[in-house]
Amino acid sequence: MKKELLKFLVFLVIVMVAPLAFKGGYLLNVLVFVGINTMLAVALNLLLGYAGQISLGHAGFFGLGAYLSGIMTTTYGWNPWLVMPLAALAVGLVAFMIGFPVLKLKGHYLAMATLGLGIIIYIVFNETVDLTGGPSGLSGIPNLSIAGTTFDTDLKNYYLIWSLTSVIVFLAVNLARSRVGRALRAIHDSEVAAQVLGVNARIIKIQIFALSAAISSLAGSLYAHTMTFISPASFGFNFSVELLTMVVIGGLGSIYGAFFGAVLLTLLPEFLREAQDYDIVIYGALLMAMVMFMPGGLVRGVPALFSRLFKLAGKEGGHA
Amino acid sequence: MLEVTGITQVFGGVTALEDVSFVAGKGDITGVIGPNGAGKTTLFNIVSGIYKQTSGAVHLEGKQVTGLPPERLARLGMVRTFQNIELFGSMTVMENVMVGMHTKSSSGILACSFLMPWSIAEERRIREGAIKWLDFVGITDLAAVTAGNLPFGKGRLLEIARAMAVEPRIILMDEPAAGLNSQETLALAHLIQRIRALGITVVLVEHDMELVMDICDRIVVLNLGKKLAEGTPREIQENQEVIAAYLGEG
Repeated sequence: MKKELLKFLVFLVIVMVAPLAFKGGYLLNVLVFVGINTMLAVALNLLLGYAGQISLGHAGFFGLGAYLSGIMTTTYGWNPWLVMPLAALAVGLVAFMIGFPVLKLKGHYLAMATLGLGIIIYIVFNETVDLTGGPSGLSGIPNLSIAGTTFDTDLKNYYLIWSLTSVIVFLAVNLARSRVGRALRAIHDSEVAAQVLGVNARIIKIQIFALSAAISSLAGSLYAHTMTFISPASFGFNFSVELLTMVVIGGLGSIYGAFFGAVLLTLLPEFLREAQDYDIVIYGALLMAMVMFMPGGLVRGVPALFSRLFKLAGKEGGHA
Repeated sequence: MLEVTGITQVFGGVTALEDVSFVAGKGDITGVIGPNGAGKTTLFNIVSGIYKQTSGAVHLEGKQVTGLPPERLARLGMVRTFQNIELFGSMTVMENVMVGMHTKSSSGILACSFLMPWSIAEERRIREGAIKWLDFVGITDLAAVTAGNLPFGKGRLLEIARAMAVEPRIILMDEPAAGLNSQETLALAHLIQRIRALGITVVLVEHDMELVMDICDRIVVLNLGKKLAEGTPREIQENQEVIAAYLGEG
């Protein structure tokens, strides 16, 4: 318990001081998106890393949150702080209902079904032009504000997004270490054994799917209010796969792993800009190397690498 | 007490079980034996709610439980173990047993996420219970080991500890001695008797005749999907039909 608290405090400190290193620079803007992606990766990791259920449609839930917030605040003038939880609740409820038939499926079939779901949502964003603005997007979404402070700079948005992301990380860590988290991992390892011990695998999978969708929707709302402009392109199949990559690269079944995955996959393309046309090649090669040499993800692979390096250093010291 | 009445199971034209009935008395150890392919595991899968039978009924403590899913049966006090132990391989030994306490706790997603005082108290209770059952089977020293790394014999003990954490009224064991050496089998026999001493009904499918004859109060013999005989170990050992079935005569 104390160790967990320490880990979380270290995480908080990193989050708090990170902007000091990038004073007002362009990278600060990227770090805002790292926050949103962390929230999404944590949500997907609860489903994929813990319960072992794949979703290739999470960009859809992310988009639903963004569009619900965008439309309700821009077109109908609702209070953004009111829309945000309502949207999360609505998306969670939709996922709950969809979960009943969809989560009966396993493996590739579940991947296909969630893929289809994501594509349907994407098509709706594109085609309901009157509501969403279609492919050209929805603009003029208001920034969030609290008590007269409007979150209209990168620095303000950074602290807004990361405080909410930190709350989500904290709650997710607690959940993962609880009886619910254990039941999810049990289902992942052996569904039949979990059921025999009294775990209602069907319901708990649906619940976690709904929770995961609701958190994604929250991330979507925040995205809409920080970007002030959204278009369907941000919520397509590619982004679902990117989220999946974050979770796998960071470390399946680890909340902080989701954080590392989001950091790496959001920042990497920015650094690779220097390499111009070769960025995609380097990016692909890095991902391949990661999966081959760190199958447990960054969160397990990096400590293992360090302990091996230390051992090696210790041996050399012995010879000299 | 477990009552199995007229269970018939047909798999696409093949009759795996035909009109099998037996009663496992409260607090008894009942053994189900029979040659390979006799339908023992199929019977277990039906009783434990994993398969749905073609016809027949199962009663637990007088309550009709036919066709209930395994998680409902667990709440009613029936739990089982598997022939090829089904551990949660990526979790520690301790966590495995803690999952066994699932029906004895109730904190939901929100209470757990927000660390509500009652969910923290519950977590402490789960931990204490798990230690108790690890101690019961004698693997407390392995609590922090990842279950996937356990040797087979210890894994078997863990599976039993995990099942006991459900605090069942009846425990079904599918070939608990399979893969164990003679020493481990002896310890297992002792453990099963200690489980019975807690007032828990035990039903086991087993190939190890010595174990079955030693510890069972009653034995049900299956052959080719039908019940061949039922009785005390002595009666079964003297039954000509049973001997014939095992030696392949007739």
